[in-house]
Amino acid sequence: MIRRFLVSYLPLAAVLIFSGCAKNDPGSSGYDAPIGADGQKLMVYNVGNGAEPQDLDPQVVTGVPESNLLMSLFEGLVTPDPKTLDPVPGMAESWELSDDGLVYTFHLRENAKWSNGERIFAEDFVQSYKRMLTPVFAAEYSYLLWFVVGAEDYNRGKLEDYSKVGFKALDERTLQVTLNNPTPFFLRILATHYSWYPVPLKVIAQFGSLTDKSTRWTQPGNFVSNGPFQLKDWLPNQRIVMERNPHYWDAETVKLDQIRFYPTEDISSEERTFRTGQLDKTNELPNAKVDAYRKNYPESLRIEPYLGIYYYRLNVTRPPLDDKRVRKALALAIDRDSLVRNVTRGGQDPAYAVSYPGTAGYTARAQLTGDLAEAKRLLAEAGFPNGENWPHVELLYNTSENHRAIAEAIQQMWRTNLGINVQLTNQEWKVYLDSQDNQDYWVQRAGWIADYVDPNVFLEIWTTGNLNNDTGWSNAEYDQLAAAALKAKNDNDRYEIYQQMDAILVDELPVIPIYYYKRVYAMNPKVKGYWPTLLDNHPVKYIYIEEEPEPAAESE
Amino acid sequence: MPTILPSEPIPEEPIELEQGFSLWSDAWHRLSKNKIAVFGGVTLIVLTIACIFGPLLSSYSYEDQNLNLGASAPSMSHWLGTDTLGRDLLVRLLVGGRISIGVGLCATLVALTIGVVYGATAGFFGGKTDAFMMRIVDIMYALPFTIFVILLMVFFGRNIVLLFVAIGAVEWLTMARIVRGQIMSIKKMEFIEAARSIGLGKRRIIFRHMIPNVLGPIIVYTTLTIPAVMLLEAFLSFLGLGVQPPLSSWGVLIKDGAEKMEEFWWLLVFPGTIFSLTLFSLNFLGDGLRDALDVRSSKD
Amino acid sequence: MFRFIARRLLQTIPVLWFIVTATFFMIRFVPGGPFTAEKAVTPEILRNLEAHYGLDKPLYEQYFDYMGNLLFHGDLGPSFKYASRTVNEIIADKLPVSIELGAISLGIALFFGLILGVIAAVKRNSFFDYLASSVAMIGICVPTFVLGPILVLFFAIHLGWFNASGWYTNIDRVLPSATLGMVYAAYVARLTRGGMLEVLNQDYIRTARAKGASEFRVIFRHALRGGILPVISFLGPAIAGILTGSFVIETIFQIPGLGREFVNSAFNRDYTLVLGTVILYASLIVILNLIVDVVQVWLNPKLKFE
Repeated sequence: MIRRFLVSYLPLAAVLIFSGCAKNDPGSSGYDAPIGADGQKLMVYNVGNGAEPQDLDPQVVTGVPESNLLMSLFEGLVTPDPKTLDPVPGMAESWELSDDGLVYTFHLRENAKWSNGERIFAEDFVQSYKRMLTPVFAAEYSYLLWFVVGAEDYNRGKLEDYSKVGFKALDERTLQVTLNNPTPFFLRILATHYSWYPVPLKVIAQFGSLTDKSTRWTQPGNFVSNGPFQLKDWLPNQRIVMERNPHYWDAETVKLDQIRFYPTEDISSEERTFRTGQLDKTNELPNAKVDAYRKNYPESLRIEPYLGIYYYRLNVTRPPLDDKRVRKALALAIDRDSLVRNVTRGGQDPAYAVSYPGTAGYTARAQLTGDLAEAKRLLAEAGFPNGENWPHVELLYNTSENHRAIAEAIQQMWRTNLGINVQLTNQEWKVYLDSQDNQDYWVQRAGWIADYVDPNVFLEIWTTGNLNNDTGWSNAEYDQLAAAALKAKNDNDRYEIYQQMDAILVDELPVIPIYYYKRVYAMNPKVKGYWPTLLDNHPVKYIYIEEEPEPAAESE
Repeated sequence: MPTILPSEPIPEEPIELEQGFSLWSDAWHRLSKNKIAVFGGVTLIVLTIACIFGPLLSSYSYEDQNLNLGASAPSMSHWLGTDTLGRDLLVRLLVGGRISIGVGLCATLVALTIGVVYGATAGFFGGKTDAFMMRIVDIMYALPFTIFVILLMVFFGRNIVLLFVAIGAVEWLTMARIVRGQIMSIKKMEFIEAARSIGLGKRRIIFRHMIPNVLGPIIVYTTLTIPAVMLLEAFLSFLGLGVQPPLSSWGVLIKDGAEKMEEFWWLLVFPGTIFSLTLFSLNFLGDGLRDALDVRSSKD
Repeated sequence: MFRFIARRLLQTIPVLWFIVTATFFMIRFVPGGPFTAEKAVTPEILRNLEAHYGLDKPLYEQYFDYMGNLLFHGDLGPSFKYASRTVNEIIADKLPVSIELGAISLGIALFFGLILGVIAAVKRNSFFDYLASSVAMIGICVPTFVLGPILVLFFAIHLGWFNASGWYTNIDRVLPSATLGMVYAAYVARLTRGGMLEVLNQDYIRTARAKGASEFRVIFRHALRGGILPVISFLGPAIAGILTGSFVIETIFQIPGLGREFVNSAFNRDYTLVLGTVILYASLIVILNLIVDVVQVWLNPKLKFE
């Protein structure tokens, strides 16, 4: 009988072992490279892009895959420098800031055009932002426009007259934006976030009401945009194809002929698609494969800093987590070095503070310090020496193999180091989010990725009542500091305030910082014009694919 | 008068009455002669015992991690290797077997019982009763399973009984249909008419006469259901129902191993092998059972 | 027979109605909604979002609106997740893909499954039986999420014969259908074997042989007819399942079929898409079960329509 089942399983095992000796050169481009009108092979960039996009309207979507698509299709007033993400001229060729730091005046280019050839005027921006802020339209990222005078009130329905909102078109090519407070990172947001892109209102109006989210204007054939590329084709769950926009003001810089985005939800499948040469860049790389790539395909492996933090939320309203000694003990008993070295393996950096070090020149001085002995001491002080009397506590995470591995490792660390038992619970994504909203958890795994480069993004969340706080933690001093930071006159003052906020967080620990994200993915080494950036933004107009050198003339 | 009287009583040959065989003893007798089936059965028993008692013999626990070691190939200290958190694979496999075999058998038993009773009743009564019962089956087929399970968890929490309910709720449906089809095909046979004509009650006819005669396809489908149940359990753990880490089951171990098969082949091969071994044993045992219970093949 | 079919079709109406209604209310009681997101939105925006999709109306009103649209216009509503697409569109795009994948896989499954099953039954308990049964067992022992990647690793990466994923050219059909087909082939083989064994011992088979019919005729004209019954019972829902796509296969091979939407729509809480896929699946199940019942009677003359 053993013979019989070996008959079926052994060949499979043999296949497994042989396939380990794959000989394909990974990242060799050339999947279905189309030929252009003049007979030349087109330069095509094939990108794995994670989930299928919700839509292509910049004022409707909320996700990261959508961001990659929209950055190629649209351009804002300013556009990011490919290496530093600093704002450089985009739709606006120059701008001035008033002395009080509240009024920006942008001067639009003369040749700023939509992909259908029509010119873009300042009024288009004013009306685009009106659409974004219209209450009935219910844009989920509208809060990124609230820096502007009157925007929040208009968006919440408290202000009815849009002309009182701080957007004004002084003439065809001059746009004036008035802010509530001096916002030093304002231009940085404009450069990298799609909520500030203009939308082609005349085109949208052809397909339905301007404030209706579900019109057909985003379908290929209808779609109009103002960026380096335009939409050529959109096969749902298959691929999105973009081609050069000839009306783009900087079309000469753009080298690629086509970009194809593939929605790749299964990252193992995506990695295999990279190895057959169909993809030039993957969105992610399975943890198990990182070492293999380091050894076998080091030129294709990319590990880059990413402005995000992996952390555990603590529900401070539930005992024993209401005692900050317990929280600190839990935080100290995690061996972060072992975690990133052995479990996540992506070269991530352990996090001992909530703020990401080096964000726009800011690094928190206050760090979580203390050793295992201190953790045990704190736990004993709080009434649980060596884990005695420890009540029922659950660690919640959303279903994913990655989160599970980390949770299992940490559960074991807490058991070995502190003698306490924490039960693991996984929930499906929406149920998990619902638990978070309802504060129905003890310890919850979470991640936060910055929308723009400023230390503010990690610190503002923890104010009382912030929609993303969800820990029940409330600290009056922290709230005051946060309000003061908004009014700070310059970055230095602001950063000093942030230092104090970080110090409070490290002391109170409503959340346990674990590690800072890294972007880990595979990329064809022939892709050039591409630099690692903190937001994983890579302006496509600089990207090109190195051609194979022409072979020497073949002799007959 | 000459009479020949025997001087001794004539020794009597003991008369052997022919023993009647009941269906079950006959089946057992035949089954024990079928070597492959016996081998399958024995393998299953050995596996079950290994899963229950094996972990007690090991120096490792299923949850002891060794992060610095990570995933290592089979060696003298870890016979089947370790997983990415440095845990011994052999122990985890055996402990996982407790879950998989337990859930596999119990849930299948639940599905089997409900399916057979339901399908036989529908098939036997026919007409409006059958139509109504089968329409209910149609409805349950079509309701979205994922949502159904999430709802169950909302209302009843996350205990192990719910796991059986969820799995059983899905698996009994096809069983019911198959049984119904089989019952309907033998309903008109002479021996059933005979049973009816001598006045046997309906329940007796269904359970003592019809069901034993359709056991063949039922057994075959049962052996097909068990692996489906094991893999369904892996899906349910995705939803948060089922075993919580660090406990694991074969389905989950195989799923994890599949993603790492190129780097750490043992993480797939060993769980896969033991899974297949179990299934093969089940199938050969099932085939043997089917043959043994086949009333139409001759007794000798 | 026609009365039977007509009566069954009449019965499907309450069945479908019940399924739609039950699902409609079920999905609304599940925690998390279509707009529950990691970066929370303000209550005003949430209110406006819900108003746009009619989610702020009382539940019974939403229900009547939905049913009205469904019955009078055949309109399944807009997708909650994919803002600019309607459910009708999404299904119309993806269903043909699933049908194609399903049809090819089923063809493979039936072809290999029936052959293996017949061989196993006829050569019962011999080497061929074990060989055929074992090959069939591959489909059951090796789950799709293992078999698929193995096939890709070998045929696409190592040999370079295929793409690793995608559904663009005809060649892309091969690996996914082979994977899916093998699983169903296993079921078909096992059920055929079981069914055939039931039948091969019956009197009418012996009669046929006694009358001098060739073995081939005995097997394929007489035995297979009866033996195939359990396969048919299984096939009904299996076809519905395979036609509406397999979630795992579609994820591994990046196929734009309906199977993924079945599962993902539930995870996204995309209410309208869930309902749309459920309605489609329910209709298919009902029709297929009806066909199965008709075929069963046709194959076994002893059965009658009731």
